[in-house]
Amino acid sequence: MTPLLEVRDLRVGFPTGRGAIHPVDGVSFTLDRGRTLAVVGESGSGKSLTALALLRLVPSPGVIEPGSMVRLGDQVLTELDERAMRAVRGGRIGMVFQDPMTSLNPVFTAGDQIAEAVRAHRKVTAREARDRALALLEEVGMPAPERRLDEYPHQLSGGMRQRVMIAIALAAEPELLIADEPTTALDVTVQAQILELLDALRAKRGMAVLLITHDLGVVAGRADDVAVMYAGQIVESAPTAQLFAAPAHPYTQGLFASIPTLHGERGRLTPIPGVVPPPDQWPSGCRFAPRCAFRFEKSSEPPPLLPAGPGQLARCWLHAEQPA
Amino acid sequence: MAWSKPVGRAGLLLLGALALVAVFGPMALPDPAAQGDLLAESLRPPGEGHLFGTDQLSRDVFSRVASGLRLSLTLGVLAAMLAVTLGTLIGLVAGTWGGAIDAVLMRLVDALLAIPRLFVLLLALAVWDRIPLPALVLLLGLTGWYGTSRLVRGEARRLHREEFVRAAEALGSGRWRIAFRHLLPNVAGPVLVAATLGIGDVMLLEAGLSFLGLGVRPPTPSLGGMIQESRSVFATAPWTSIFPGVAIVLAVLAVNLVGDALREALDPRSA
Amino acid sequence: MTPPLLLVKDLVKHYRAGGFLSAAAPPVRAVDGVSFEIARGETLGLVGESGCGKSSVGRTILRLQEPTSGSAALDGTEIFSLQSEGLRTMRRHMQMIFQDPYGSLNPRMKVGDAIAEGIRIHRLARGAAVGERVAALLAEVGLDAGYATRYPHEFSGGQRQRIGIARALAVEPALIICDEPVSALDVSVQAQVLNLLGDLQRQRGFAYLFIAHDLAVVRQIAQRIAVMYLGRIVETGPVDAVLADPRHPYTVALRSAVPEADPARHGGRIVLAGDPPSPAAPPPGCPFHPRCFHPSRNERCRTERPELRPVGMQMAACHYAEITPLAVEGASSRVAGIA
Repeated sequence: MTPLLEVRDLRVGFPTGRGAIHPVDGVSFTLDRGRTLAVVGESGSGKSLTALALLRLVPSPGVIEPGSMVRLGDQVLTELDERAMRAVRGGRIGMVFQDPMTSLNPVFTAGDQIAEAVRAHRKVTAREARDRALALLEEVGMPAPERRLDEYPHQLSGGMRQRVMIAIALAAEPELLIADEPTTALDVTVQAQILELLDALRAKRGMAVLLITHDLGVVAGRADDVAVMYAGQIVESAPTAQLFAAPAHPYTQGLFASIPTLHGERGRLTPIPGVVPPPDQWPSGCRFAPRCAFRFEKSSEPPPLLPAGPGQLARCWLHAEQPA
Repeated sequence: MAWSKPVGRAGLLLLGALALVAVFGPMALPDPAAQGDLLAESLRPPGEGHLFGTDQLSRDVFSRVASGLRLSLTLGVLAAMLAVTLGTLIGLVAGTWGGAIDAVLMRLVDALLAIPRLFVLLLALAVWDRIPLPALVLLLGLTGWYGTSRLVRGEARRLHREEFVRAAEALGSGRWRIAFRHLLPNVAGPVLVAATLGIGDVMLLEAGLSFLGLGVRPPTPSLGGMIQESRSVFATAPWTSIFPGVAIVLAVLAVNLVGDALREALDPRSA
Repeated sequence: MTPPLLLVKDLVKHYRAGGFLSAAAPPVRAVDGVSFEIARGETLGLVGESGCGKSSVGRTILRLQEPTSGSAALDGTEIFSLQSEGLRTMRRHMQMIFQDPYGSLNPRMKVGDAIAEGIRIHRLARGAAVGERVAALLAEVGLDAGYATRYPHEFSGGQRQRIGIARALAVEPALIICDEPVSALDVSVQAQVLNLLGDLQRQRGFAYLFIAHDLAVVRQIAQRIAVMYLGRIVETGPVDAVLADPRHPYTVALRSAVPEADPARHGGRIVLAGDPPSPAAPPPGCPFHPRCFHPSRNERCRTERPELRPVGMQMAACHYAEITPLAVEGASSRVAGIA
């Protein structure tokens, strides 16, 4: 079965005084219907920009470089004109952003905003849109949905606002849902609710979900596959269980060693030395090498993604063992 | 900063040129009060010996404009500085201490704002026959601080909520220290912009007052006064009004350009 | 038995809601009767979600806000009755590290001046000695001494937090209140800062009140933990005991909700229904009872407010804390979780 979403060699460029930088630099992955792919990375990894690029919403002066290919079903998104792309946004792809307080318009009620999303993609009357908004609020588990329809964002709690955002994203029955750090701004118990909700919706509607996060814990229970990003590239990809059982890239290993957990050893954490370099200071070889304990001579060449385990790829020369 | 933007650069250049004329003009040019041969020299159009021509008392227009410019700029800068200093002080105190002090000060400002500035000036000037320059500066400055105080108060209140003020309190900073060491440097930006634009306001006010015959009285050259004096000969000798008029416009324009550029440069979004 | 460094009893902080027109609105009971103690050199983790009042506790103890009632004593001296001089002296002994690395440093103040401020206010050094102290502090937090002449915007989030730590250290406090110091940092930087905080404590022996919402982070750094809900402490005890065998249903749910970087541990998750009630209108009786899933929950929970009492190795504010909330099979299915 062909994947629903196929991304090949996605590159996003920004012009600077000293030439162009590419905060997203050759990202490729696929996503099947009904499955969840988590893209994990810290700030500066390019993960959010990747999501925006899929929707062709890269902020100017950034551009999606030619040679990038994004295919959703039978439409090649990178080749569509703006008008067709607008139909895709919200229509075939729904997006949930990180901070519902700034993503929702404070002067419109929740019901109005959901109804507007419905009307943007379907020809329905105002009455029908409102009914649909109510149905969506029920579907996202909003308590007392009839009341919420007429409430403003500031009257809702963080968890409720996020539910409204999800309802808006689902309004036109998209095939792909992109959630960019959907729970980072929420409390842990509310986080759990929202993640459960996304999972249930995915199963019920057969959507594909692209979950963007910096939190490995969020990934563990929710994603089928994981892609780890560093400095604009995917440095590791694997099925979730495989990644957690045997992380193959030193950056991934470093992340695991540096996060506090509820179980396991309580000794001193092992942080990854150094900081994430900005795009204009990326080394020409392996981008993680300056911070890597395992770097060696070959690290000065940029490594490709190499097989490192069942279904697992790592962008690291340490996995190039096989002699020709 | 401000000079990186073309608008600011133009404004600064213009302002610089005008300032040069104002500072050095009256020294290098013929005495503005000197009256030449009334019959032969009066009302001569711009030409040799008189770059801007002469007026009806055969005084060199250019040197009069330079003197008037000097007066306007000096008045503008001094009065604006006074107004801004006063406004900042009051706004800072109101914003930092809050409570009753804030309420009293802001009600005072409200009351003062209700009295039109021009009215106060006219009243004072009508009573005062030949007002000395320092008194005029005081008058203009003391009537122009209200807006700044509100601006500064608002900024001070906003900044007071920031975490770095909590940190200063936790370290044991008293309110004076917080007001002057922490808040003041952070309100300097908008205050500077307000000050620059205030100069333009004062210059226009002064020109208007002189035009009405109040403020600076002849024979002391002032741009507004010159326009007033040349009304009767406007048809035959327009240069006597045009040059002072253009000078006022350019001066205010220059100051506004610099103010605008400053405001853009200091906008946190473009930091 | 040495007296504790910090002793807090029945601390209450209510905010009056609304302004002019809503004078009759009920107060927001941010902190509603909190008591705990911290020994010298110890770390107490204060955990809870947003709105539980943990930040208010920290700020009130430091007198950044005035308490509504209650007492807090540092080394025997009552903090809340101090005025001007006494208060200023007290500030030397208690400091705070803030959550937001971007807002907690004055953008127009050089980093060296920010660190030196405490030294100057309390006259701990003069002239050239101030600069030397600042350089030493920068080195202690892992930053280059030359950074003293730079401005905050030239630094990353992690570096700014280190500067904030240096600033707090400058007055040599006995107690440092850490208000979510790593929440706003990237994962790999969090570890660096947590290590630094741990190292500094070992070297200098101060105590931490570590306020956080992240249980895993608290487990990393604290010896004891206190869990807050709606302005009250619902459970407290040694961190391992509380996390291994939580006795209050809220602690169980909180712990269960923490996303765990281990796919094998994802089953039987408790998902609480609804949102936390507003601190302006806390439920009668036990504040947690509307969302409680404890098998023994009954009428008593609705009317009688439980107090903290010893249960096993910790203390919990629950009438039925002896029965672990998860003891009954299928407890998670009893939860009216969201769809």
